[in-house]
Amino acid sequence: MQLLIFYGFGFLALFAAISMIMSRQPVTSALLMILNMFCLAGLYAQLGAHLLAALQIMVYAGAIMVLVLFVIMFLNLREKAGIVSKHGVMTQAVGIAAFGFLITALVSKLDMGKLPAAKAPGADFGSVAAIGRALFTDYLLPFEITSVLLLAAIVGAVVLAKRKV
Amino acid sequence: MDMPVPLNHYLILSGVLFSVGVVGVLSRRNAIIVYMCIELMLNAVNLTLIAFSRQLGDLNGQLFTFMVMAVAAAEAAVGLGIIIALFRNRQSVDVDEVNLLKG
Repeated sequence: MQLLIFYGFGFLALFAAISMIMSRQPVTSALLMILNMFCLAGLYAQLGAHLLAALQIMVYAGAIMVLVLFVIMFLNLREKAGIVSKHGVMTQAVGIAAFGFLITALVSKLDMGKLPAAKAPGADFGSVAAIGRALFTDYLLPFEITSVLLLAAIVGAVVLAKRKV
Repeated sequence: MDMPVPLNHYLILSGVLFSVGVVGVLSRRNAIIVYMCIELMLNAVNLTLIAFSRQLGDLNGQLFTFMVMAVAAAEAAVGLGIIIALFRNRQSVDVDEVNLLKG
């Protein structure tokens, strides 16, 4: 059953990702990206990360992708000749093949015997309470730095959006 | 609860999704699609972190993912701002035409 859920979400996510990079229309790409994020949220929930599954839908599929869709519709791009970048298709293909090989080699070499067997997670694993506790004790400094990062991003976005750049 | 999914499966899925993102970044010419492919790569890494977090029974992976989401939100604001500034200056978001920084 678990495996069935994994394959369902996994293949749907893969399908969405591949159609995303192949589609001609940016809007189609964005919608497929949202589908991909929903599938990943399902996988997060299956892995016990319930808070992150909710955040994935709210922050990624909700906020970020709506912003992307807004920009796509705002720019109203016209179809140009070809969707594929013209620089060194051969170089790209070789690089991509090498990368795929690397990933496969890494995963197949991973020695599962050395990892501790997956424990049954506790009742509050991945819950809001557990994550919040860790976030405000062990991860307090990174949490505060994140707020500074977001402030910097807001200032940067406002500067970029000014008339004269 | 029946048999859990082996960690390998998640890692392979995540690696494949990351590779698809790399292919998109390298081969597409629309800057918005390139941006979405970067998000796809971030998501693939998040899946790895959460799968390991579950495997090791350790919450740290999930907290890393939390930070990655915050960075992605910041990236969305700045990246889309750059794309709009680009469009305003050149009437196009074709990454092949943006080569001023090329040595």
